Amino acid sequence: MTGGIYAGASAAVAATDEPAPVAASAEHGEKLFQANCATCHGMSLEGTSAGPSLNGVGALAVEFQVSTGRMPMQMQGPQADQKPVQFTNEQIQAMAAYVDSVAPGPGYPADRVLDGQGDVAHGAELFRINCAMCHNVAAAGGALTEGKFAPDIMDTSALNIYAAMVTGPQNMPVFNDMNLTEDDKRDIISALLYQQEMESPGGFTLGSLGPVSEGLFIWIFGIGGLIAVAVWITAKSN
Amino acid sequence: MEHDDSKGAVKAYEPSSGLAVSIDDPVQNPGLPPHHPRITDVDPKAAKRAERTIYTLFYVSVAASLWAVAAYMLFPIEDMEFISIRRNNLFIGLGIALALLAIGIGAIHWSKTLMSDKEYVEERHTTRGSDETRAAVVESFRTANEESGFGRRKMIRNSLFAALVASIIPGITLFRGLAPHDAENSPVDLLKQTMWKKGEYLTRDPSGTRIRASDVTLGSAFHVIPESLAGMPHEEGMLNEKAKAMVLMVRMRPEQLIEREERKDWSYDGIVAYSKVCTHVGCPVALYEQHTHHLLCPCHQSQFDVTDEAKVIFGPASRPLPQLPIAVDDEGYLIAQSDFTEPVGPSFWEIH
Repeated sequence: MTGGIYAGASAAVAATDEPAPVAASAEHGEKLFQANCATCHGMSLEGTSAGPSLNGVGALAVEFQVSTGRMPMQMQGPQADQKPVQFTNEQIQAMAAYVDSVAPGPGYPADRVLDGQGDVAHGAELFRINCAMCHNVAAAGGALTEGKFAPDIMDTSALNIYAAMVTGPQNMPVFNDMNLTEDDKRDIISALLYQQEMESPGGFTLGSLGPVSEGLFIWIFGIGGLIAVAVWITAKSN
Repeated sequence: MEHDDSKGAVKAYEPSSGLAVSIDDPVQNPGLPPHHPRITDVDPKAAKRAERTIYTLFYVSVAASLWAVAAYMLFPIEDMEFISIRRNNLFIGLGIALALLAIGIGAIHWSKTLMSDKEYVEERHTTRGSDETRAAVVESFRTANEESGFGRRKMIRNSLFAALVASIIPGITLFRGLAPHDAENSPVDLLKQTMWKKGEYLTRDPSGTRIRASDVTLGSAFHVIPESLAGMPHEEGMLNEKAKAMVLMVRMRPEQLIEREERKDWSYDGIVAYSKVCTHVGCPVALYEQHTHHLLCPCHQSQFDVTDEAKVIFGPASRPLPQLPIAVDDEGYLIAQSDFTEPVGPSFWEIH
């Protein structure tokens, strides 16, 4: 973790100090891939016993996995967690370009899809039908089986929301354009961006997790307060 | 209470005839503790202070009530902004809460500091009536029976019973008419059928657009409704029908599917469609993991293995999710072969 932060920080510092125009070239990406990814995914993306083959992965999956810090993976587990990002945007795009050149797959969307100007109401309906069962209706995430979980989407970028729907990272199903069209995806992204910025009308959200956190709160503070008042009422005055 | 209990207790404390030692009552009534005067009883200044606190609290309550009315006007929800709703709720709520709380705290503080706190003993009185009262009641019943002839004129009495019983029958007949009679709408049959029928198109929820088999790529999950549900208005029970007919459709490699011989043609090239209603208590089961092919119900953590006929692999559900037999039409669109072959949703008396 510390190493990750350090690596991320130093990379960020390096990136701000000298705006060296590292072109998002596949060549540069290949070097980065061989240094950082090939141990598990193989020198020619064929996969090893430690990691899957990247055939048909494409640029967008690389963008999603690396820019959320899920890759490079820290250790094997039920699922790859988000952690501090290890690479600069240029480096990520270079790796994406390299992987896409060897194993073509879903690529970056048009800017229009990510602009957040879609139909929020329609997007929210699609979100409730297709996404909310795992990601929670307030996008707060939720548990899956055997240690896996659907992460919260409360601060995920529009590009990464799109990338998750298209590439289906880990155990998330794929929502291809035949299932949810580009416009549908734009609406869903708009609804989520709207929700990310919206203030909670009810005050404290308590994590938006529903009855568990709310029940815990009222049992501890509500019942606790009632007990304190009952003690005060029955205590003898001196 | 002066019943058997107390007599029994008294008896228990009597010395046994075989023993020379007398047994005392093991629990002596300790009586009242000595009365200690409070500070407010002896110090008039303290009493004055308590009085001031109490009437201040009551006036605070008055102010808070007025504030709640003022807040209703000062923070209206007219622009339909979330922040206005929040302010409106918060400030009205604070006013009302403070108003009621101040009355309560003031009243308790009054009783604890200024009202008399002398202890008194009030003995319990018996609940049993005196012998005269009891005899009078029995006597009045006896007289009533004798004077009315209720016990003597058996013919009248029995015909009255018959009339009373018969008067209920019209009510039963009328209310029975409210229950569904035709086989199609009987509650039990409604549990056993859904909107799916032979040739019904599988369509996307909520748009109702048809789905080609080629649209369903590996690893994707489709939330499916019957085509005729998509145009159904809410007034005609759309949600009730949807609650029974909703389906989750996924695709995997055909060799991953474990299927019984007689159910082999229920899937199409690795595409399977299962009812989305949990067989435990009917929550929507739609947490699909595309690598493990497990479906998780979020309510009680039942897990179903989609590769193996949605068999229950964990949790309280007791039977697999019903599978919708599917096929493709000439144009490649997915259609249902029939309705579900078993009732969907939670188990009930015949199905478990």
